[in-house]
Amino acid sequence: MNRRRSFFVPTMMAFGFAFLYIPILSLIVYSFNESRLVTVWGGFSTKWYLALLHNEQIKDAAWLSFRIAATNATGATILGTLAGLALARFGRFRGRTLLTGLTTAPLVMPEVITGLSLLLLFVAMEQAFGWPAGRGFTTITIAHITFSMAYVTVVVQSRLATLDESLEEAAMDLGARPAKVFFLITLPIILPAILAGWLLAFTLSWDDLVITSFVNGPGSSTLPVVIFSKVRLGVSPDINALATILVLIVATGIVTAGLYMQRQQKRRERDVQQALAANL
Amino acid sequence: MNRNRPANGQSSPFILAELMAWIRALGPYRWASVRLRGWGMTGRAAVTGVPYLWLLLFFLVPFLIVLKISISDIRLGMPPYEPLLTWLSAQVLGIKVNFANYAFLWEDALYRNAYLNSLLTAGVSTVLCLLIGYPMAYGIARSRPSWRNLLLLLVMLPFWTSFLLRVYAWIGILKNNGLINNLLLSMGVIDEPIVMLQTDFAVYLGIVYSYLPFMVLPLYTAVEKLDLSLLEAAADLGCRPVRAFFRITVPLTMTGIVAGCMLVFIPAVGEFVIPALLGGPDSLMIGRVLWEEFFNNRAWPVASAVAIAMLLLLVLPIIILQRVQGREMGAHR
Repeated sequence: MNRRRSFFVPTMMAFGFAFLYIPILSLIVYSFNESRLVTVWGGFSTKWYLALLHNEQIKDAAWLSFRIAATNATGATILGTLAGLALARFGRFRGRTLLTGLTTAPLVMPEVITGLSLLLLFVAMEQAFGWPAGRGFTTITIAHITFSMAYVTVVVQSRLATLDESLEEAAMDLGARPAKVFFLITLPIILPAILAGWLLAFTLSWDDLVITSFVNGPGSSTLPVVIFSKVRLGVSPDINALATILVLIVATGIVTAGLYMQRQQKRRERDVQQALAANL
Repeated sequence: MNRNRPANGQSSPFILAELMAWIRALGPYRWASVRLRGWGMTGRAAVTGVPYLWLLLFFLVPFLIVLKISISDIRLGMPPYEPLLTWLSAQVLGIKVNFANYAFLWEDALYRNAYLNSLLTAGVSTVLCLLIGYPMAYGIARSRPSWRNLLLLLVMLPFWTSFLLRVYAWIGILKNNGLINNLLLSMGVIDEPIVMLQTDFAVYLGIVYSYLPFMVLPLYTAVEKLDLSLLEAAADLGCRPVRAFFRITVPLTMTGIVAGCMLVFIPAVGEFVIPALLGGPDSLMIGRVLWEEFFNNRAWPVASAVAIAMLLLLVLPIIILQRVQGREMGAHR
């Protein structure tokens, strides 16, 4: 009886992973295709990578996206960490329910609604106070911070929820002020979660198309906006090359982070064992 | 080396603490902190207040503006809507509310169909996602612990790579001279290409593919927590595995199932990129309608009404999701 299930589950898993990875692999394989027809194999070539190197529009867009993503990630990490700290540590303060709602709603809000509402806000603000004048880097960054800080909040809040409060209480009992407790005790412990939040916020901003399309202005096309305008007309081999580069960067980053975290985990376990052995 | 590393890792917070002490010793800091405290501004209020203000200004206020514009008249010019409040004379403030935009949505079959089609597409995709995602989550949770993290990483990896590029990859696979058709033609299974791109099938596929990680992760968390001895007890008492699965595993992982389904369903209803790239011209989804009203027709009030109506559809799923996640958070404590 058991054998049938043990056959079914691995088959479905293999199917699921193939489903997740075949499209990505096909992008990579066809990026080395000589033929302009993308899906008809015309021999191995790296010419689309060279074409990419000379494409000023894509390079400019990538640089703009990078600057926005880095600014956004830093801002979202600061705001998200503060919100996560408040939600995880301050108990039941006034307005807690509203803050919880405000931090989780952007996670599931359809992007078209967030984009539209932010654009209407920027237009109304420009009419009323003359700021922000026009749309570009500033408006895109503000929009991205608003939706990506929610992700940082969730990451930081769930890390703090599993963290033993007694360490912080001990420091408090010994007379440390709350700010000192945060910088000396809490921050170093939750630093990996904060870094993960930063990376998540960076990626979300780097990939965002819909919200950016609403709040950007002429001359501020980010990479996804340029890719979308090209892809709408059909497949294009230099986009495959670009996709390959991006996928490789992300994969390297994720695998490195994964290995690093696994090593940290092992070291922590070993330290705990050593400490136990020393005490016995 | 091991002895040095932790000390290095901790030096930066110590520097921060030093810096804090220096800043605190400065006159202006003392003056400011006394003043702020006098106004009821403590450190705690600042920690809560800064993100609070940000979200109120850039998340809540924009919604009120959308609501306002959805009941405004359309006009030509920039911005393309009439103000709601106007001074009729020095003392009299007039309000002009216009529900015509909503009536327009209700009467026009195009919008009704777009809403129904969005709900249908999101629903079908969610069910398909669950059918593929559940066995995957189950398999990962039941695999050897050393494999689990690697498999989870493999589920998450596509999520970190560009959504747009992953949807784009399907164009190359599905189109008439794409990967699948070329393969089938060369094997002689079919004589002429099957039309797959620009169909509803392609949209379902795109949504399932893009949102599968959102389904697998909550399911994995739920299955991993399941107590295996319950299944053993059921087997000892003569319960068949399939029956035990539906009577024990499914009810006990229901929070994961509901959370996963909502996490796929809610964004799928408002999806724009997937129907725009993979769907045909007649596969109208509400996100695409909003986009076209806004960018092509420049009808801001209609687009706002479309957004508000979409939000009304999503209120119930969002509340369910919040409930489930609230319970999940409560269980952690």
